Amino acid sequence: MKHTLSVLLQNKPGALSRVTGLFSGRGFNIESLCVAETLDPKVSCLTLVTRGDEGIIEQITKQLHKLIDVIKVSDVSEGEFVEREMVLIRVKAEAGTRAEVLRVIDIFRGKVVDVSPTTYAVEVTGPESKIKAVIDILRPIGIKEIVRTGTIAMARAPKK
Amino acid sequence: MSKMTGAQAIVKCLQEEGVNTIFGFPGGAVIDLYDELLDSDIKHVLVRHEQGAVHAADGYARATGKTGVALLTSGPGATNGVTGIATAYMDSIPIVVFTGQVPRALIGNDAFQEVDIVGITRPCTKHNYLVSDPDDLVPIIREAFYIASSGRPGPVLIDLPKDVVAATIRFPEKKKVRMQTYQPNYEPHPGQVDKACRAIAKAKRPVLYIGGGVILSDAHKELTELAEKTTIPVTMTLMGLGGFPGTNPLSMGMLGMHGSYASNMAVAKSDLLIAVGARFDDRITGRLDAFAPHAKIIHIDIDPTSISKNVEVDIPIVADCKLALRAMNSWFDDWAEFDARAFADKHQPWLEQIKEWNEKHPLTYQQEGDVIKPQYVIEKLGELTGGDAIITTEVGQNQMWTAQFYKFNKPRHLLTSGGLGTMGYGLPAAIGAKLAFPDAMVIDVAGDGSIQMNIQELATAKQYGANVKVVILNNNYLGMVRQWQELFYNRRYSATVMEVTPDFVELAKAYGAAGLRAKTRDEVEAVLKEGLATDNVVIMDFAISREEGVFPMVPAGKATTEMLLV
Ligand SMILES: Cc1ncc(C[n+]2csc(CCOP(=O)(O)OP(=O)(O)O)c2C)c(N)n1
Ligand SMILES: [Mg+2]
Repeated sequence: MKHTLSVLLQNKPGALSRVTGLFSGRGFNIESLCVAETLDPKVSCLTLVTRGDEGIIEQITKQLHKLIDVIKVSDVSEGEFVEREMVLIRVKAEAGTRAEVLRVIDIFRGKVVDVSPTTYAVEVTGPESKIKAVIDILRPIGIKEIVRTGTIAMARAPKK
Repeated sequence: MSKMTGAQAIVKCLQEEGVNTIFGFPGGAVIDLYDELLDSDIKHVLVRHEQGAVHAADGYARATGKTGVALLTSGPGATNGVTGIATAYMDSIPIVVFTGQVPRALIGNDAFQEVDIVGITRPCTKHNYLVSDPDDLVPIIREAFYIASSGRPGPVLIDLPKDVVAATIRFPEKKKVRMQTYQPNYEPHPGQVDKACRAIAKAKRPVLYIGGGVILSDAHKELTELAEKTTIPVTMTLMGLGGFPGTNPLSMGMLGMHGSYASNMAVAKSDLLIAVGARFDDRITGRLDAFAPHAKIIHIDIDPTSISKNVEVDIPIVADCKLALRAMNSWFDDWAEFDARAFADKHQPWLEQIKEWNEKHPLTYQQEGDVIKPQYVIEKLGELTGGDAIITTEVGQNQMWTAQFYKFNKPRHLLTSGGLGTMGYGLPAAIGAKLAFPDAMVIDVAGDGSIQMNIQELATAKQYGANVKVVILNNNYLGMVRQWQELFYNRRYSATVMEVTPDFVELAKAYGAAGLRAKTRDEVEAVLKEGLATDNVVIMDFAISREEGVFPMVPAGKATTEMLLV
């Protein structure tokens, strides 16, 4: 099962490598990882997508907690949450395909962020499934380069 | 706030923490600190190899319960200490290791004797620090001691750039360490205690399975009280030996790979396993799906990650072992209907069964001719020391025979590398323990292979008058590996025959120590008596039956009931 964990950790040198070292050392997998400062510059937020059965996720959560630099660990995928990923794709855009690329990007509410005589670079954000879909559709047209951010996620606010 | 150098601040912090002995080895990166130590009242013990410094600090910590301290220089000094740090980490031993580092301006430049020791030790320390701002030095040291000794203890490393140690800093007032991100939980949850005690009240075939946590939390009294109050038989892991008296009638001895037949059978047949400060290591459980298959499991441990890591637990209690056991004892005391006699009666058939197992396959060995059986040496050693000595061990057969045949009655009297299994641990650890308790009898039970890994520490022992005794069970083999080769690799003794072994008696003399040797069984007692009575560092070399095996043995990956017996 896929889980999205949100980890608050102290913004200290080496803190991130404690987290990644834990995963490699204990054989847990990381599908994606995203880190940046929070409102408090002393604290970073790390969103981590991993896979495992209940027991493994419990171990991961507890092991993360045990790291001295970790402040809080939550499994946002336990409840309702929003997740976003951004991708930059440089795709072939020649006479025959330029219009097609624009149409596709429009459908996915993407934007063109760089143009050359033979390519467009486009930006698309969304949940992982949407990113995957846009890649699948652009692939036959000719993707030259692709850069993805990995997922960030936030639990939804309680309804009441 | 007074001003002083980093070196002075470090010494002052050590004094604040009540440290009076540290173990180390100097070098360019820590020379400022060594200069300061010369004028302080802290005793510095100069070892002969940095691994020895860390093991000695670890032995000191295990024997006393206080945090041990080691001081190493940068680069090779620090890397030499890594085995010691990993050893302490695996057994949850509180130590603080200071390492020198190149000046901050040179870090990352491949400077002379630079190594990223914080990076190297990240996975084998509880926490570690590079002090990058002199003003952080004192708070970091205070935090390090707090982290090392609280919660589940462990090693903490502090890397000290040379210019930080030389810098002038303000020394902040001492205040209690409080950390937002680290707050170990000691108190047991009353609801869980209640559940556990009710399960105990219902059980017919309960077993207490205790580990190093009982010793680390000084819970042996509470444990003994619970076992006796409720008449529950007790089995110990290697790390748990001494956490419950080995001579108590409820003791079944050690469990696991080289555990007693009765212990392993009892766990396999029990309906309630009460794990206290133990972590279901593979050397204990054998094949996981066959481990305690009929038992409900209660697990008391201060570290939440230990719970349900290998074996699914029914009633977890995340707490300090001592406090949890105390709460359980009170639960029974407060229970109006509690009747210790009724418990004893209820468990009588179970104890009978255990007795039967014990009689069927006791821990034993066969004496043949006049060769020296290693088990006999350990039995005699137990007799002559009244089970009161502080025993350290090396690793291998020597370690297992000690665990099986020496009856440990007190906590902190067996110092052994359980988790990492580090050959070369015993001698420096013995020196650490002896310096903590100069009047105690401290004995390293060694193998001929292991002792050579840190034998240079004989010089340290001599220099500081740490008159430890070394009992070498000399089989001229890397015996434990040979035993596996004998049993599982068609007796193909690849690289386990020690074709050249020094004359340990002469070697002892070369260090100014005393050397004694026994070649036959009837010489054993006299050599032990003389060795123990000699006021010097002593090596006693026992030429034991070379191909003796350690039994029972659960082959790796088998169920613990599938024991190979003598
Ligand atoms: C540092 C280290 N290297 C290798 C091993 C693997 N090992 C475990 S027991 C053993 C044999 C130890 O030989 P010896 O000290 O003579 O003890 P014996 O088993 O013969 O009593 C070895 C090589 C180890 N535990 N530690
Ligand atoms: Mg040997």
